Amino acid sequence: MHSSVVQAINDHQEQLVSKWKEEMARVQEEYFENSLPDDLVFTNNEEFIDVLYSSVRLERSEAEGKIKHFAERLIQTDWPLSYFTQGMQVFRRIVTAYIVPYINNAERDSVRLIVEVEEWVDAIVNQLVDDYSDSWIKTLELQQMALNELSAPLIPVFEKVSVMPLIGAIDTERAKLIMENLLDGIIQHRSQVVLIDITGVPVVDTMVANHIIQASKAVRLVGAECILVGIRPEIAQTIVNLGIDLSTFPTKSSLRKGIESALELTQRKMVQIENGAEWRA
Amino acid sequence: MSIQSSVEVQTEWGIVSARQAGRNLAKEIGFGGVDQARITTAISELARNIYLYAEKGEIVIEAVEETRGTQKKKGIKITAKDRGPGIKNIREVMEDGYTTSGGLGAGLPGVRRLMDDFDVDSVMEEGTTITAIKWLR
Ligand SMILES: Nc1ncnc2c1ncn2[C@@H]1O[C@H](COP(=O)(O)OP(=O)(O)O)[C@@H](O)[C@H]1O
Ligand SMILES: [Mg+2]
Repeated sequence: MHSSVVQAINDHQEQLVSKWKEEMARVQEEYFENSLPDDLVFTNNEEFIDVLYSSVRLERSEAEGKIKHFAERLIQTDWPLSYFTQGMQVFRRIVTAYIVPYINNAERDSVRLIVEVEEWVDAIVNQLVDDYSDSWIKTLELQQMALNELSAPLIPVFEKVSVMPLIGAIDTERAKLIMENLLDGIIQHRSQVVLIDITGVPVVDTMVANHIIQASKAVRLVGAECILVGIRPEIAQTIVNLGIDLSTFPTKSSLRKGIESALELTQRKMVQIENGAEWRA
Repeated sequence: MSIQSSVEVQTEWGIVSARQAGRNLAKEIGFGGVDQARITTAISELARNIYLYAEKGEIVIEAVEETRGTQKKKGIKITAKDRGPGIKNIREVMEDGYTTSGGLGAGLPGVRRLMDDFDVDSVMEEGTTITAIKWLR
């Protein structure tokens, strides 16, 4: 950047920053309609301006690191992208306005021209940023919804017997859904036995084991029984290594064996009908 | 071998990526299915502890080699680093069932059993570094 501009930005730091904060308060009110939490706006504004000033002062690579870090933090909290674009535009407008009195008349005219072009461009940029981020958010929400629906389905396979097949990693959110769907489903389908099938769960660590143990305790409290099926051999070994005791926990090696014992528990069994040589349980 | 990958752990997605990176490298080094499961589970425990107790940190996964006499052995090394609150009493957390979060308290003692070498280095209010190695047999 031109050294006189850098100097102007540094010399007028106090006024520029307070003006910027004033303007950002207006952006928060008018543009975001106060939808962003005030306390976070406050801390984010402080960091934003700090990052902005370091980008003037630091080496390029160092400044980039700081910006990246700031952006990452805001991304984690779902902070809108337009906060950045708006914040930068506000800063540019303020700096330009501050520089105007220090330049000669001829230059002032061209600055005014540039400002006009920029206002026009900014409006379009803002609209595009909003349209794009709205579409990302909508896609993400739909995918999240689809995922949640798939994540812990309880399937009533026979009267009084339901199966919950779990496929993929289990995180806290999903563990909560497993518990909810189990308890709701047991009541709804009047299940007496539920089989939790973990064939498709890639890693069973202590957190997953803990959630399964808790879920089965809760299942017992509503008067049903839980059977864990589909423990792959390598998972069985890691569970033992972890020192988790599942000996009091009803387990069956396969879903088929689990269903057989579920039927037994509900006083039924599968039989082969005569002449039905094709059919196998 | 100088394959090394580092995964930041700050969300539960970080835990999943760290596990994935570990499984890939374990496979590449030549570990069988059971050991792959042990290694991924150990990574999962360490990464989740970072997420739960230190908020953020990183998991570094690398291939290691050791020569003893004419014998060369290969292995995988997991390093879990954070600048969290640190662990006050290391002996206590290495006991089965010790937990401050209502967990099973089987994570750290479990990792020690899942892996071959295990080491905890922790300073109160500065952070924790845990290293664990599994050797290929
Ligand atoms: N990275 C860490 N930083 C600080 N404390 C830790 C860390 N990892 C583990 N701890 C402490 O050690 C305890 C035992 O951990 P662990 O064996 O994994 O069991 P759990 O996570 O189920 O509590 C935790 O409850 C926690 O207090
Ligand atoms: Mg743990």
